[in-house]
Formats: sequence, structure tokens, C-alpha cells
Amino acid sequence: MEHEITLVVNGAARRVSVPARRLLSDCLRHDLGLTGTHVGCEHGVCGCCTVLLDGRPVRSCLTFAVTVDGCEITTVEGLAGADGLSPVQRAFAECHGLQCGFCTPGFLCTVTALLRDNPAPTDEEVLEGVSGNLCRCTGYQNIVKAVHRAAELLAEEA
Amino acid sequence: MKPPPFEYHAPRDLGAALQTLAEVRGKVLAGGQSLIPMLNMRLAAPEHLVDINRVAGLGGVERTEAGVRVGALTRHSELERAGVHPLLTKALKLVAHPVIRNRGTVVGSLVHADPAAELPAVLAVLDGSVRIARWEGSSPVERDVPAREFFVGPMESAVQPGELAVSAYFPSLGPRTGAAFEEVTRRHGDYALAGVCAVVTVNEDAHVTAARVACIGVGPVPVVVDVTDAGGQSAAHELDGDVAQLVQDRIEPEDDIHASASYRRHLVGVLTKRALRNAAREAETGGA
Repeated sequence: MEHEITLVVNGAARRVSVPARRLLSDCLRHDLGLTGTHVGCEHGVCGCCTVLLDGRPVRSCLTFAVTVDGCEITTVEGLAGADGLSPVQRAFAECHGLQCGFCTPGFLCTVTALLRDNPAPTDEEVLEGVSGNLCRCTGYQNIVKAVHRAAELLAEEA
Repeated sequence: MKPPPFEYHAPRDLGAALQTLAEVRGKVLAGGQSLIPMLNMRLAAPEHLVDINRVAGLGGVERTEAGVRVGALTRHSELERAGVHPLLTKALKLVAHPVIRNRGTVVGSLVHADPAAELPAVLAVLDGSVRIARWEGSSPVERDVPAREFFVGPMESAVQPGELAVSAYFPSLGPRTGAAFEEVTRRHGDYALAGVCAVVTVNEDAHVTAARVACIGVGPVPVVVDVTDAGGQSAAHELDGDVAQLVQDRIEPEDDIHASASYRRHLVGVLTKRALRNAAREAETGGA
């Protein structure tokens, strides 16, 4: 049985018909064509599929699309503004906070929410904040640097 | 790695949720942070899923002097931010990762009853309870189940098919009482190899008048040990004497790929002393 749901994705209302078992990650990628959200482990460990649900980062692979009918979703495609990459995205590029890029959409969504709640995190708070996201390339050092750099960029632009 | 098909129910109020559960005996979906991985890995294949996320009145945190009542839809992060109970706040920081805690529910963690999970130990050490509701005849019926009866076995709670856990109650710590939660994990945010949660009360002379611990990862359910008399009426800082041995004798650790039983037993000894020391120190400095 299919369920008609409406998701407000990156500011636009999207109506879609999905079976109840459709994961939000698959709904975004397959039904809505937003392949920026990556799927790694599909059981909540790697963090690649992290998106913002009503502003809070959640695992889209551990959420059914039908459950979040009517909610607002922000994916990595929605982070950039009209004038280009967001401060968090620019900081990751500047500090080499990514290499292969597979984990990056999850990190960007997680860090965007982290810095909104805590604009000047300590090293420890950054580590705790990104502890649920795995990166196999960078060794994390440059990701931590990127988070601090993003905090600076956000403060400059505030 | 996709969930098997199921029939989906999304009731809007408690009555409808309980009637649906009575009828189809389905699995309850709240935060889904334990259930959905099990579905994705096909470890579970329920025919019916009852999604309670839209049920009105199941959220919220109610605080009184005696304790904190947490609704079935209260997310870990929400309770953590509320900061209404020092031991709960400490334990919640150890539950998975911040992103998981945005979605996972406190009551869900209790019902899931993972023997290595933190929140069951908190409920057990505080002697809290869980309120369970079911539909009977033409009306809902509720019962309160104390923690010592709630955890039945590994991944098994007292919630029966057709029932719904609607809230959990965590009693306050009380005056001159401190608490601590210590655990060892392979990686930050993992389930603990072993963990110990302690609550210590001292009198005006800093003598221990009550001390309890609950251990996780070393038995089918949280192992609660009252260690009040173990240290005699000694000063709080001497509490760690033979207490570790007493607790180690009560646990039933097992070997698995993460750690041997003897290593887990060793950890419980170290963590018991550490947790009691930290809880006693907090109690001496005026309580949490």
C-alpha cells in the first residue's frame, strides 16, 4: 500500500507516494532525485545520511518517510545560499576537511546544526558533535579545523 | 538492507493507539533508533507497525520534587537539555551520539531493554517505574511496573504484546545525595563493555547512609547491588574498600567478540570504585 505524503524539502513542498517501509534516505534519493544525501551503512553508524529534520540533525536511514509527513527537511543541497556555498561548506573546502567526499554531506548537515546551537565550540565539543559521523580519509584533524574555521566565518558574517 | 514490508498504522490519540495495538499486536515505532536498524538488517519483521509519533499527549517532561515523569515521545536530547535530573543528564550524554539522541526516545530505550544500555540502569538504581497502558473492553487500563520487575531479560521488558509504555518515572536523588555513571566503551558512543551507575547518600558527618550501584553489560538485565553496609559506616572516601569484590560477585558477565568475561569483571571492579567515589564526593559537596 502506498501512502501520499508531503515533505518540505529545502524550502519546497514535495508531494510523493511511498510505501510505508520507504526510508527517508531512499525517499530523498530515489523518489525526489536528491542524491546529495549519501547512504553508507544503513543502520545508523556512519552518519553519511544525516539531514536536518525541522532543523535538527537526524539519520535519514533510521527514519521512515511516512513518519515525517508534513515536516521540513534540509539536505546538503539546501545548505548553500543564493550567493554560493554556505560558510560551513567553504570552511570544509578551505581546510581540506574532505577527500573522497562520501561522508561530507552528513558532516555538513551535522556541523551546520552544531554551530547554530553552539557558535563557538571547544575542541571537545566539536569532537562530541561529530562523533557520530565516520570519515575514512581525513583522519578528522582537518574536519575539526574546518568546524572552527566555519565558526569564524559565521561570526564574521553575523 | 531495506526493511521488510509491514502494514503501517499512525493513530492520532492514545485511545486509537491502544485499540490498534489490541487488535493487531504490532510493534510500536517511536524514535526508531533501535527498531529501524533491526528492520534494515532483517533481524525483525513485524507484520504491523504502530507509529506513535503523532499521538497527542505522549510527549513532555513533568518535574515534581519527588521525581521526573518522562512521556513516551520525549527524545533523549529533549530530556538532556531540560536538565531536570542530574543522574539522567549524566547518563544521557553516554547514550549513542548527539544525532541519534535527537530522535531516540527515553521510554523506547527502557522498553528495548538492551542489557548494555545506560537508561535501564538509571531506572533500576533509582527504583523508578514504567507506566504501561492497554485497551480492555471499551477503555484504557494503566499499570505501573517497578524497575525490578520491568526488566525481564536481555532485550525483554514487561511490556506485553498489545501494550504501550506511556511514560517512565525517575525518582529524585534527594538531599545530600550524589550520583555518577562510569563506563568503558571501545569507541565514543558505542554500547559499553561494562558500566556502573552509583547513587550515594551521606549524613552531616560525611558518613555513608545509603549506597547503590547498577551495572550494565554484565548480566541479562541491569544488576543492582545495595552496598550501603559493605563499607561499614565508614567515611565516604573509604567506601571503595571491599565493595568492588561484593559487586563483582553478583554480576554474570559473558565472553563475546568485544571483551572476555574476566575483563568485564575487572572493569566492573574498577568502575564500581570510581562511580562510588565520584558519587560520594558529589554527595559530600552538597548533593547534585
